[in-house]
Amino acid sequence: MAEYKWPDADKRTLIGKRISRVDGPAKVSGRAKYSYDINPPGMLWGKMVRCPYAHAKITAIDTSAAEKMPGVKAVQIVQDVGSEISWIGASIVAVAAVDEPTAMDAARAIKVSYQQLPFMAVDTDPKLAGEFARPANSNSQGDTDKAFSEADTVVEGFYGVPMITHCCLEAHGSVMEWTDDKSVLAHLSTQAVSGSASNIARPLEIPAGNVTVKQDHVGGGFGSKFGPDDWDITAARLSKKAGKPVKMFNERDAELMVAGARPSAYARVKVAVKKDGTLLGWQSESWASGGLGGGGSPPLPYIFNIPNQKKQHTAIVNHVGPQRAWRAPSHPQGCLITMSALEDAAAALKMDPLEFVIKNLDLAGARAQVYADEFKIAADLIGWKKNWHERGDKTAGPIKRGLGLSLHTWGGGGHPSDCDLVVQPDGSIELKMATQDLGTGTRTTLMIVVADSLGLPLEAVKLSIGDSRLPASGGSGGSTTIAGVSSSARRASLDALDLVFAKAAPALDAKPEDLEAVGGMVRVKSNPSKSMTWAQACAKLGAMPITVRGKNPGPGNLGSQGVGGVQMADVSVDVETGIVRMNKMVAVQDCGLIIDLKTAESQVYGALIMGICYALYEEKVTDARMGRMLNPNMEFYKLAGIGDVGELVVHMMTGKGYDERGVIGLGEPPVVSPGAVISNAVANAIGVRVPTLPLSPDRVLAALEKKGGSNARI
Amino acid sequence: MHDDDDNEAKEKGSGLSRRSFLKVSGISLSVPLVMGHRVIKAAGAELKVYGPGKVALTLTVNGKKYAAEVEPRVTLLEALRGELDLTGSKRVCDRATCGACTVIVDGKPMYSCSVLAIEAQGKAITTVEGLMQGDKLHPVQQAFIDNDAQQCGFCTPGFVVACKAFLDKNPNPTPEQVQRGLGGNLCRCGTYIGVRAAVLQAAKGGR
Repeated sequence: MAEYKWPDADKRTLIGKRISRVDGPAKVSGRAKYSYDINPPGMLWGKMVRCPYAHAKITAIDTSAAEKMPGVKAVQIVQDVGSEISWIGASIVAVAAVDEPTAMDAARAIKVSYQQLPFMAVDTDPKLAGEFARPANSNSQGDTDKAFSEADTVVEGFYGVPMITHCCLEAHGSVMEWTDDKSVLAHLSTQAVSGSASNIARPLEIPAGNVTVKQDHVGGGFGSKFGPDDWDITAARLSKKAGKPVKMFNERDAELMVAGARPSAYARVKVAVKKDGTLLGWQSESWASGGLGGGGSPPLPYIFNIPNQKKQHTAIVNHVGPQRAWRAPSHPQGCLITMSALEDAAAALKMDPLEFVIKNLDLAGARAQVYADEFKIAADLIGWKKNWHERGDKTAGPIKRGLGLSLHTWGGGGHPSDCDLVVQPDGSIELKMATQDLGTGTRTTLMIVVADSLGLPLEAVKLSIGDSRLPASGGSGGSTTIAGVSSSARRASLDALDLVFAKAAPALDAKPEDLEAVGGMVRVKSNPSKSMTWAQACAKLGAMPITVRGKNPGPGNLGSQGVGGVQMADVSVDVETGIVRMNKMVAVQDCGLIIDLKTAESQVYGALIMGICYALYEEKVTDARMGRMLNPNMEFYKLAGIGDVGELVVHMMTGKGYDERGVIGLGEPPVVSPGAVISNAVANAIGVRVPTLPLSPDRVLAALEKKGGSNARI
Repeated sequence: MHDDDDNEAKEKGSGLSRRSFLKVSGISLSVPLVMGHRVIKAAGAELKVYGPGKVALTLTVNGKKYAAEVEPRVTLLEALRGELDLTGSKRVCDRATCGACTVIVDGKPMYSCSVLAIEAQGKAITTVEGLMQGDKLHPVQQAFIDNDAQQCGFCTPGFVVACKAFLDKNPNPTPEQVQRGLGGNLCRCGTYIGVRAAVLQAAKGGR
């Protein structure tokens, strides 16, 4: 019986090394097929007619003109007359036609009439929201009044972050095809290959087992692609009517309007501190919005369990489109609000925020020592001691430089994951699992785990993922994939070794438990010269391949949860133009045992860049009078370019003290801090808090104008 | 459009005005569904007129000639993806912002989402599929792999093509030139650090 653990550091041949992603050649050559790239023979194009009003009731739908157009093969009503529609861009009617231009023309020929209803599109002030503002929760601990009366200093501030969108480069959508009258082949762009089949089957009223979801590659998800969405089901209905495959993907404007957004969050905060920096009390009135759901309730205060707290949160229900999970739901908002307030408190005390944070780390829970260790490394990497100054760069000239810091946490844990490991009598290996690779390196890590476990080179492992007919594995969200899939693959590998060893042992005149698989050989641990090749050992299996089912959860502690990371940023701000430039950003991150250092680091680099995007550029701008997103395109929904991100340094905490925890996911944690880090660096540079993200030139200039007065501005 | 469209067009000798184009469009509704272009005289110049309806076109992509039939409004990007099944070039912003559709046309990088397919006829078009030589990756492609300049990979083909075109023009770029020269491609996963390193590696490695 195998002992289910990871190999010791000195026995790892691939785990923890820098391995290039195995699907790299397919991606750089354009051969990688995304769902958007699937063009089956006879395929029709689907186009959606979308609601032009933020809140409305449908009074009439006339599809007759479209139906008569040459080339139109099917029309499908998504929302019937009488339906209440709650955001601009919502799906109303769809058409399928022989090609995209014809489908576009047909969509334009469909007439829908609406009765407009009252709506709300403001989320910046609960008072303006009236009946749309709903008290969500309030709680307290300790004696807040006493803490504030005994404080040496009370610091007040207002902080917030607007809604942003996921802006996946591959839009949401699918190619849907009926393979017989009761079976669907769905080429879906998704973060959840296994979980989507039943969600497609249910509305189509066919057995879940009749739906096959296939996806080789996905062009970004970030939490927004756990569908299927109504347009995917609609594509399937159109396909059924027309008897042909139908491709329907969001246009870019729809993608930014309706395919998900991260909720906003705002808060008025009071912090009570002692002269020496000890945190005594926290009071916050926060609010958030993310559409009809009312947004998330950000964890406040973030990480620091301040002994005396009084908190009240309001949900603003509005008509700006649907919210969806966005990397580390609620954490970036909670982190920005908390770490801005704490930095402001440190600045009021004229204390170095690094010293302030370290002083209060006893409130930071289980990862306190990790944060302390990480802060030391980050401070060295960014030159904190040398470069930090009190709030407000006093040097002459318009360019002001500043440093900021923050810290973050995330849970993770491994999701449920099944896999089949097939070992053939000729020694060839295949791992089958209905997981997906979001570009995080899931394929690569799975092959590393199997190859390292079986003592084989990476190329010896054949991997099949991205097909719902394979053993089920969880959706990729919440940083749960790597711990789930690697644990399941490791267990399968160890069980397969047991079976192979049992067959090979007699020939090597040894007991199965005395064998090991190293360098393509199966050999006796105490006498490595007694060996046979992997293929020779597998030949002992007989004529039939063996299939081993790996599972997560399962025996042994292969995965874990709960990580801590810290980040620091060095920025320059031009106080004449309000433009913020990134000089350097440092991330120090733990994630337990790292399977592939190269793709792990890439994920942290990517998180820093995504963080720079939302700290400096991203905002879903909605017109309050129309409820319409004003920037549903990539000219005005800004992302950072290659020249906007400065120098980035990533340091992974690995080795003793970390590896023993097992594998922990990395998708969410490093994207939490950047908003706070950069906001703090800007405040340190220009001497005043810019209260809300993104730190765009107009916001920076407005904050400078108000310098010395109240900084409460939206 | 102004009322003096016709006059403006005549003065500049730029050919077909919007008004005469509309007249032509009206006439051609009675022609068969698929046809090549016709030549008409407008404002004293001979002009090719396409569509509406599908027209036959020939594209030279990665050294091969392809025939297709598309409406004149179809972009080069959609012709590549839909008609030729060359799906390496991606549609993302669809309006010349993000660079995911970058191809090389007569030696210059272009956003294929913003070029009409009919306008790309007679030009040498290179897509990401045309960079490999047999089974051998182009040095830029190899450098993208070595430096992990990709995550989800949806921006990657456009970025690879843009880097190739950039290095053709700037064989020994400085890091500053890389950041300026590749500012026309956007990535959502955040692979820029890898891309910077990849371009410098490919530059050193010679192409």
